[in-house]
Amino acid sequence: MYSANFKYYSPRTVAEAVKLLQEHGEEARILAGGMSLIPMMKMRLVSVNHLIDIGKIDSMKGMAENGSDIVIGGATTHHAIETSPLIQKEVPLMSEVASWIGDPQVRNKGTIGGSLIHADPSGDWGACIIALKGKIMVSNGEKERAIDSDDFFVDMYETSIKAGEILTRVSVPAKSGKGHGFSYMNMERKAGDFATVGVATQLELDDKGNCSSAGIGLTAVGRTPMRASEAEEFLLGKKVGIDGINEAAKLAVKSTDPTDDPLRGSAEFKKAMCEVYTRRSLRTAFERAGGAI
Amino acid sequence: MVYEETFEDGAGLEDLVEVQFTLNGRKRKVSVEPRELLATVLRDRLGMTGTHIGCDTTNCGSCTVIQDGQSVKSCTVFAIQADGSDIITVEGIGNVTELHPIQEAFQEKHGLQCGFCTAGMIMQSYWFLKENPDPSESEIRWGISGNICRCTGYQNIVDAVRLAADKMKTKGGS
Ligand SMILES: Cc1cc2nc3c(=O)[nH]c(=O)nc-3n(C[C@H](O)[C@H](O)[C@H](O)COP(=O)(O)OP(=O)(O)OC[C@H]3O[C@@H](n4cnc5c(N)ncnc54)[C@H](O)[C@@H]3O)c2cc1C
Repeated sequence: MYSANFKYYSPRTVAEAVKLLQEHGEEARILAGGMSLIPMMKMRLVSVNHLIDIGKIDSMKGMAENGSDIVIGGATTHHAIETSPLIQKEVPLMSEVASWIGDPQVRNKGTIGGSLIHADPSGDWGACIIALKGKIMVSNGEKERAIDSDDFFVDMYETSIKAGEILTRVSVPAKSGKGHGFSYMNMERKAGDFATVGVATQLELDDKGNCSSAGIGLTAVGRTPMRASEAEEFLLGKKVGIDGINEAAKLAVKSTDPTDDPLRGSAEFKKAMCEVYTRRSLRTAFERAGGAI
Repeated sequence: MVYEETFEDGAGLEDLVEVQFTLNGRKRKVSVEPRELLATVLRDRLGMTGTHIGCDTTNCGSCTVIQDGQSVKSCTVFAIQADGSDIITVEGIGNVTELHPIQEAFQEKHGLQCGFCTAGMIMQSYWFLKENPDPSESEIRWGISGNICRCTGYQNIVDAVRLAADKMKTKGGS
């Protein structure tokens, strides 16, 4: 299966990539891992005249500490994130999420930036960045701007990035250590499949065992990845026990708006599974945070 | 040259680009259209037909090769993206007289039936055993979850990967 032909560019800097993108406008596309774009091109769902491969821009790869934040280059692969000692130590939720994406070969190529921009409502990174209350940085070559995770996803396959901008970095607050708990629970039809439902949670308990921070992001239960805001608000300041977790899981379903999916279940099924998986995810996060059920 | 006849979208010879990479230890140079896939370039232009194309949709893993140390599905990589890379295919890890320990293990455990998925299974195992030289059964199943076999129930394949791990430990295979 072949895509239509295109002109190929392999810039070495962000500035060059942005310049090419702006020069060729709607006829151009960024190529990162290609794990979403190349299949779409081969199936002729999209046609691209100018393909700008960011795979050789080294400055867009890798992870680093920046004060209390962890910054991840937009072209960093899922596998690099999954296996990074820095990520495992400082934001272990991210390495857990990465391990659920596709299969090993897909994780070796696919990137966090490509996944966020692709904005598939079943993509796993959205829920993770929402749960962590992270930021997505985009650049038009002159200025980099930060987009809040709550303002990034607009609709299915649509984000608030503007024409001529590229996603350069993702920034999340470090979340680990004593009192922190996290979990990504993903319901899959078969190994390597996109999620039927996914729930990313991140909890913080203070000295008295009260919840001082809660983040819950949901995958595949609406037109975009979403935040379970009511559930988060409910947990804040409370002593979270099994009853609290059960109640929060019920509230999480209120934030969802799934549609019937011929492959992965009806809207009703997805709502039911959202409750179950939120419960499990919160429970694991709570126990990892040192909470006793 | 028959490129114009091969592709109906009308790309002419002037659209060919030159790609260079190291293939199984040898430097290779090949002229391709930008849209040509690594899998088809390996097979049709470079004669490396060990790499199979099964689904052509990134699902089955038959076309798995190693690009710069990482296993990738070569049906979903444009050959031009591999410019400057180091590529290893199943032809590069052993030969008929001197099989790689993973190939030996697949033979001994009969980790195949029709054999179509085998090159991909072997290349994925090649990468996976470097990541995890002493895997448990469930880790092996996770490690080859991107490779589909429609004949076996995977049991002999999993056994073969485990045996390969043992062989490579004693032999220090590469
Ligand atoms: C078999 C299979 C299973 C999969 N399973 C899952 C799964 O379970 N969960 C999951 O989340 N994903 C899954 N995916 C998708 C995978 O995660 C992709 O890697 C991801 O969606 C896209 O990332 P990419 O780097 O491959 O981007 P590409 O495919 O290269 O690009 C995707 C889109 O983003 C744009 N883009 C890429 N990078 C940038 C950038 N830095 N700035 C601006 N625009 C950019 C491109 O122009 C394109 O429109 C699966 C894919 C396959 C093939």
